[in-house]
Amino acid sequence: MSLTFQGYRRPNGEVGIRNHLLIIPTVICSNQVCNRIQQLVPNTVAIPHQHGCSQIGADKDRTFDVLAGTGKNPNVGGVVIVSLGCEVVDPTQLAEEIRKTGKLVEVFDIQSVGGSVKAIQHGVQLAQEMRTKLDAMTKEAIPFSELKIGVKCGGSDATSGLASNPALGVAADALIAEGGTIVIGETTEIIGAEHVLADRCRTTETADDLYHIVNRFEKEVERMGADMRGGNPSPGNIAGGLSTIEEKSLGCISKCGTAPIEGVIEYAESIPQGGLYFMDSPGNDIECVSGMAAGGAHLVCFTTGRGTPTGSAVIPVIKITGNRICAERMADNMDVDVSGMLEGSVSLQEAGNHIWDEIRAVSDGQLTKAEVLGHAEFSINRIGPSL
Amino acid sequence: MKEKAMQKGVSVIVMDDRDHVATALRELVPGETITCEVQGNSVSLAVNQPIPFGHKVAVIHITEGDHVRKYGEVIGRAVCDIPVGDHVHVHNIEGIRGRGDQAGGEPSSAEA
Repeated sequence: MSLTFQGYRRPNGEVGIRNHLLIIPTVICSNQVCNRIQQLVPNTVAIPHQHGCSQIGADKDRTFDVLAGTGKNPNVGGVVIVSLGCEVVDPTQLAEEIRKTGKLVEVFDIQSVGGSVKAIQHGVQLAQEMRTKLDAMTKEAIPFSELKIGVKCGGSDATSGLASNPALGVAADALIAEGGTIVIGETTEIIGAEHVLADRCRTTETADDLYHIVNRFEKEVERMGADMRGGNPSPGNIAGGLSTIEEKSLGCISKCGTAPIEGVIEYAESIPQGGLYFMDSPGNDIECVSGMAAGGAHLVCFTTGRGTPTGSAVIPVIKITGNRICAERMADNMDVDVSGMLEGSVSLQEAGNHIWDEIRAVSDGQLTKAEVLGHAEFSINRIGPSL
Repeated sequence: MKEKAMQKGVSVIVMDDRDHVATALRELVPGETITCEVQGNSVSLAVNQPIPFGHKVAVIHITEGDHVRKYGEVIGRAVCDIPVGDHVHVHNIEGIRGRGDQAGGEPSSAEA
C-alpha cells in the first residue's frame, strides 16, 4: 500500500496540504487594505508586493502569472482579490483565472467601494464568511505520488555541498520513488555545473533547453559588464568558504537527487506531475520559492549553511542545515539538523531519511518553524523596467 | 558525486580522486599536519596558513593558470602558483564563468 498523508481534496482534483485564505492585492496601491484585512481576520494571509502597474509585455504577464499561480496553488482554499481600480493587472481576469480551479474567489476594487475604510470593512466581511466555509472542509488520505516539492538552497556555505544538499537529494529520490514530483530552480546556481545536469536530461531537447536558459542568463551578466562573484557567490557564501560560482553550483545540484530531468519549465509555470523538473528562476531565495509556489509546489525543502528564516505565504518551507553552529545559533529557524554527517555520527542515508520523515510530517499538517514564526515572504521576479 | 563516508575525527575531506583541494571540517592552524586521501593514496601534509571551517586547502601543487578541481569538476582557475598546504580561496583562484567584467560589456558602476 502506498504511503499517504491527510490533505484537502480541491474541486479540480488537486490536493492541498494547507487550507489558506489568501488576500491578493493586484497592485502595490492595494497593499495596506490587504494588510488590514489580514490583521482583522485570523488565519488569513496577504501577499503585499511592489508591482501590478506601470508594467508592459512579458514583465506584466509574469506579474499576472505569479499572482494567478499563487491563488491557484492547491494549498489555498479561497482567495479575496483587492484591486485599486485603474491598474495594469486586470482584477476580473485574475479572478477568472483562479476560479478555473473551482475554489472560492471574491474580487472588489477600492475606488468603487469608496476608499480605504469601506474597502477594509468590505474585505473583512468577505474574508470572515469565506474563512468559515474553509474551516468546515475536511481532510482525506492522499498518496505521496500527488505531492510536489521544490528543492532550494540559500545562505549556502561549504557544508551545503558536503552535507545538507546530498542529504536532501536522498529525500528527493524517496519522493520520486513514490511517484511524486520534484522541482529544482536557480538557473544562476547551475552555472559551471550545467553539463552534469544536462547529462541527466531525459531527452536531448531538454538538455538543449537547459543549456539555453543558462546561456541566456550568463549573457545578461556579460551585458552588465560585471563579475558575478560578490553578487553570487554572495559575501556570506565567500566567508563560508565558497570561492566561485562554479564551486557553489557543483555543491548545489546534489539537492535534487539522481532522477532524470523530465523537462525545463518557465518561472511560475505549472509543474507537471511525476519526476524531476527544472524551473528557470533566479537564485534569489524569495523570488525562487515564490515562483515554485506559483507553479503549484506544495512545500519547499530549503538547505542553508549560514542560516536564513525564509518562509512562504502559501507553502511550508522546511529548513535544513549541515552546519552545527548554524543549527545551534539559529535553532528558532532550523527544522532539520544533519550536521552529524560532517562529524561522522550520521550517514548520508540516515540524514536523507530524517529529511524524508520531516517531509511526511509537514505534509500531514505539522507546522514548520517558518510557519510558527509567521514567515510569509513573497516576491515577484521582474524582467522589465517600470514605466 | 559518489558518497564519501566521513569518519569520526577527520579534519578534512577530499570529495573526488581528481580534486586539487580538501575541505576543512574544523579550523586548521599553521604548522599542523593533516592526513587525507589524494588520488587513492593516504597523504600527510603540513598546513601553511590558518584555514577556517569549510574553506579549502591545496593537497596537490597547483600552477598559475591551471584549472582547480573539487567534486571532480572545475571550480575555477589559479591566478598564481599554489603550494601544497596553502589556503585556496578568492585570493588565489578566480571563477571562469559569469565574468561579464572580462566580456567587454557596459560598465556596471553607478556612472549612469
